[in-house]
Amino acid sequence: MPAHSSRFKEQALAAFAAITPTPGVAKPDPIIVADKVTRRFGGLTAVNVDHVEIQRGSITALIGPNGAGKTTFFNLLTGFDSVNEGTWTLNGEQIAGTPPHKVARKGMVRTFQLTKALYRLSVLDNMRLAATGQRGESFIRGLFPFIWRKQESAITAQAEELLTRFKLIDKKSDFAAALSGGQRKLLEMARALMVKPEIVMLDEPMAGVNPALKQSLLGHIKDLRDEGMTVLFVEHDMDMVRDISDWVIVMAEGKIVAEGSPESVMGNQAVIDAYLGAHHDVSLDEGRS
Amino acid sequence: MDFLFITQQSLSAAIGVNTIIFALAAIGLNMHFGYTGLLNFGQAGFLAVGAYSVAVAVVSFNISLWIALLIGIGNSIILALLLGIPTLRLRADYLAIVTIAAGEIIRQIARSATFNDTLGGSDGITGKFGKEFFDLNPFSEGLNLPFLRYTPNDLWVVVVGWSVVALILALMWLLVNSPWGRLLKAIREDEDAVRSLGKNVYLYKIQSLIAGGVIGSIGGFVYALSRQSVQPDNYGTALTFFAYTVLILGGAARVMAPVAGAVIFWFLLVFVEQFLRQAVSAGYIPDWLIGVNQVGQIRFMLVGLGLMLLMIFRPQGIFGDRKELALDARA
Ligand SMILES: Nc1ncnc2c1ncn2[C@@H]1O[C@H](COP(=O)(O)OP(=O)(O)OP(=O)(O)O)[C@@H](O)[C@H]1O
Ligand SMILES: [Mg+2]
Repeated sequence: MPAHSSRFKEQALAAFAAITPTPGVAKPDPIIVADKVTRRFGGLTAVNVDHVEIQRGSITALIGPNGAGKTTFFNLLTGFDSVNEGTWTLNGEQIAGTPPHKVARKGMVRTFQLTKALYRLSVLDNMRLAATGQRGESFIRGLFPFIWRKQESAITAQAEELLTRFKLIDKKSDFAAALSGGQRKLLEMARALMVKPEIVMLDEPMAGVNPALKQSLLGHIKDLRDEGMTVLFVEHDMDMVRDISDWVIVMAEGKIVAEGSPESVMGNQAVIDAYLGAHHDVSLDEGRS
Repeated sequence: MDFLFITQQSLSAAIGVNTIIFALAAIGLNMHFGYTGLLNFGQAGFLAVGAYSVAVAVVSFNISLWIALLIGIGNSIILALLLGIPTLRLRADYLAIVTIAAGEIIRQIARSATFNDTLGGSDGITGKFGKEFFDLNPFSEGLNLPFLRYTPNDLWVVVVGWSVVALILALMWLLVNSPWGRLLKAIREDEDAVRSLGKNVYLYKIQSLIAGGVIGSIGGFVYALSRQSVQPDNYGTALTFFAYTVLILGGAARVMAPVAGAVIFWFLLVFVEQFLRQAVSAGYIPDWLIGVNQVGQIRFMLVGLGLMLLMIFRPQGIFGDRKELALDARA
């Protein structure tokens, strides 16, 4: 497995090898290309992204300090919020202004920073709900179980397989509200995968997940890439970012301030500035002297 | 005190015409509120549209009753679309505001002098518009048992009414246990999560509003036919709130709940009334405390008190699951 896994990692990294790590740099095979995306809340410009591209089949981390605009950027891309200006494409198709459910159907599925488990549905139903193309979702066909029962069994099998992978199978009959915070994060991620997305966007997937489980989750995320999925995730845990991302994009005050490999980004002065505040050097210097 | 009479009256009410009407109103609300989380405070409007469609079509336009029923269903679908299309994209509270207003608008239009000729103004419409229905009545005699008593016409309404309720409950059961029903429940829990999974939430909310509204309008059919009369003030906000009472009494998001709630509600209401009435006239309750004319009001106070106690000790309703209710608090 490790050898197998690292082959995909190498493939993903190879795509980035020839790229100069500057903000907004073009990628060889971008799945998302966003231009001049701006979102203002009153006087505050929460997102002001001039140009960014997300490489297909890679794991890209979107990092930045609190309030940098990462979640807002996710909301914009997935149709949950509307831009003041800007356009973006998914697989070359313009999707700015597309409602969220259509964005999801086009293969871009996101999770939420504040987990959205469907509390009074069982864990299994949370999963089954997400399956696409369900015949029984129509009012009329819903009335005739023989029309959808077979498909439902297939969906259930698929859901149980994912729940097993995410260590939730023992909880499948419980209400989602009975899960712990970390378990809800896992459920949300597993549920997103039921949609079989092309690109999955995870907003802080590891927040509140215990270290042991984190390790196995990291493995799952790598597996997703190895299955050809694109992963874009927001995360504050730098160890995780270093461990699994092929590429890192740094946001601060709504802008993309740096891009590059995990190693290069973490040593980047602009990034340190962003995290510690632009004037930290003044205070740090003063501290030293 | 004639306890046999009190029991007869209470039981006859408990499975009688009014129970059927309120059960249907509450089944519709169960679809809206219990399963989809839609706050429809204008259910009386759907009953009014059903009732008036039948009365107006038959009396004012001489249309056959059976076609009038179809018109009633069509009109309630139109009402659901009118209410739903502008509001269901907005936050949940907007639907509540719009529906409560719409219910009142419908009642005011029905009683307005402008449409006196067709809608009958504040007196409503009385006439033999149920003739085609009662012509089919196989019961030449009513029911007159020690515990149960119906006129022939009421017996016919009760038999047909409960059959319709049973049919609707069967369909409802199939629906809420289908992937369609799962989607509604998911919308009730968190719309955005459902959207993020590629489901058109708006479409399903409209479907739910239509389905529950049509069921409500069928309650309106029963209301109109059983009395051979429609009166605008029967369709006020009180009707909607009693329907909610019935639903919550039974336990929201349970298929059978509205029926249990309606049976208990009407049993209590009639039992308390008859009991007080007899106790007052027999002198068990002194006149200075409760007069005969006050019984009608006091029964609501007592039933209200009873319902409050029930909500305190059994907040999930008759059929509800307390564990499930507790999840809300945690969420
Ligand atoms: N609905 C809103 N109304 C007003 N301001 C908002 C709204 N949503 C976000 N903001 C502001 O936009 C900025 C970016 O917020 P956002 O949630 O995108 O940050 P983030 O990068 O995800 O931060 P964190 O890492 O803490 O999750 C913040 O300053 C925030 O206060
Ligand atoms: Mg955020």
